Amino acid sequence: MSALVDGIVLTAEGGASVNQLIQNLTFFVLAAFLGYSVITKIPANLHTPLMSGANAITGITLVGAVVVAGEGQTQVATVLGFVAVVMATINVVGGYLVTHRMLKDFSRGGGGNR
Amino acid sequence: MTLPFGSLPDPALSLAYLIAAIMFIQGLRDMTHPRTAVRGNLLSAGGMLLAVAVTLLSFNIITPAVLVGGLVVGGLIGGVMAVRVQMTQMPQLVGVFNGFGGGASAVVAGAELIGGSFSVDVGLAAIFSGIVGTVTFFGSMVAAGKLHGVISSSAIRYKGEHIVKILLLVASLGAGAYMVAQPGMVPFLEAAWVPPYWIMVLIAAALGILLVIPIGGADMPVVIALLNAYSGLAASGTGFVLGNSALIIAGTLVGAAGMILTVIMCESMNRSLTNVLFGGWGEDPSEGEDMEDIYEGQIQETSPVEVDILLDTADRVVIVPGYGMAVAQAQHAVAELAQLLKEDGVDVEFGIHPVAGRMPGHMNVLLAEADVPYDMMKELEEINPTFKQTDVVIVTGANDVVNPKANEDEGSPISGMPVLNVSDAQSVIVNKRSLSPGFSGIPNPLFAKDNTSMLFGDGKEMMQELVNEYKESR
Repeated sequence: MSALVDGIVLTAEGGASVNQLIQNLTFFVLAAFLGYSVITKIPANLHTPLMSGANAITGITLVGAVVVAGEGQTQVATVLGFVAVVMATINVVGGYLVTHRMLKDFSRGGGGNR
Repeated sequence: MTLPFGSLPDPALSLAYLIAAIMFIQGLRDMTHPRTAVRGNLLSAGGMLLAVAVTLLSFNIITPAVLVGGLVVGGLIGGVMAVRVQMTQMPQLVGVFNGFGGGASAVVAGAELIGGSFSVDVGLAAIFSGIVGTVTFFGSMVAAGKLHGVISSSAIRYKGEHIVKILLLVASLGAGAYMVAQPGMVPFLEAAWVPPYWIMVLIAAALGILLVIPIGGADMPVVIALLNAYSGLAASGTGFVLGNSALIIAGTLVGAAGMILTVIMCESMNRSLTNVLFGGWGEDPSEGEDMEDIYEGQIQETSPVEVDILLDTADRVVIVPGYGMAVAQAQHAVAELAQLLKEDGVDVEFGIHPVAGRMPGHMNVLLAEADVPYDMMKELEEINPTFKQTDVVIVTGANDVVNPKANEDEGSPISGMPVLNVSDAQSVIVNKRSLSPGFSGIPNPLFAKDNTSMLFGDGKEMMQELVNEYKESR
């Protein structure tokens, strides 16, 4: 998929970029298998907190948003970065808080046999 | 402000991301039991804090004010929403948060393309996370709107809708392909904000809305779970754009979680994902006219007083909640009844169908909030064999998930769907407002069975009356 299309700018260190891609794919595949095996063990009782907790983890995109917003490359990029930081932070803070609220109910109601 | 931005070396950053990933994974593993789940969530949150903190330290932050402003604004909005929400509104809140995560991924990918050339694989990853993230954002907002009652929760369908959706997908892919293939057409514009990317996003927005609009309210557990997977995958795609391992690992974990939940939800209805997404159940909720005729003369009505007499002699009672319990906010009355019975030595359990409610595990969260002990909530496979030894089953606000047609009638739309076989019990009390059909739109022969009595009325009122009667006769 290198220079097939006119106008594609290849990075100077093409080999390094391919290595990076393969490394990223490795992360992706291993994480997918790991996620599958971890999550199939979670009981239906906890599916809602699982979902909102996993949801909060999606907020990891905040890390990318922080970089884009902070680099200040161009004004447009900074504005977009700001929007992304706000959205991702809502996801992270709200997600973890609401999961905590639900899980507290569960541990209170059923931690042991009352 | 002299913060130590940019002072952290690269290997330290990678190492910190690895630690954060471990904390996410262990956090999810701790979710297997309610005793450890609180700790798991805190661990996961700690991982997130670590990942964000090291990112701040590692990159050269030129505009800290913008960054801090965004963090504060987002944190406040998210915090207030999480604290204010009622447990019954949880499905839509989870949907909204999910949408913001997906939207953020799409915006980050777009912003990252600005100002420079990018390789093909980065361009393709950006197309992926741009489309998936945007569909997640707009799809989640529509789903939340349906759950909140702002948008009609019935399935809105029109002629040729599938063609429209396919055309939109093709168009947004086309815009993305143009972006990757010709990054030099209008060099000045391209470098400033990459217009094809945002055209792609715009089309994907329409696609996201149109994908969820035709799906009925009771299929939302599947939609919410699927969108959850999408937002994870979008984050993962953005990780490919940025070359960031933390995003790839965490995003993929969530993608897997959402996919598994989606599959579980579909299997619990014996329907394929395609059928849920494109089949359009729940189109016509007003088709209850001739239902009265079907049940004519076969329905026995009961009252709280009569149910109380049954409960007084019962050794084992199973309560089957459905979405109607959430709508009526009856969970506290139901929990109180269960608690009273338990105090009197009655064996009480809750039989919870996987798709009862509007998101996976919806009933469990509501009951947990009402202080129902965790070990009283049983899954379908666990509870079904016990109905034969059960004296009284109380069904409140559930319909399709207790419909025997799923087992008996080959041609019915719910045939093959695993259901709770409540009619195996001595007597079944069904609390409902009327005989109207459930989401599947078909009548429920359970209501006409000899051992079934209908307790007509609002869930909360009826359960409260039942609690009062029971208290008096103790």
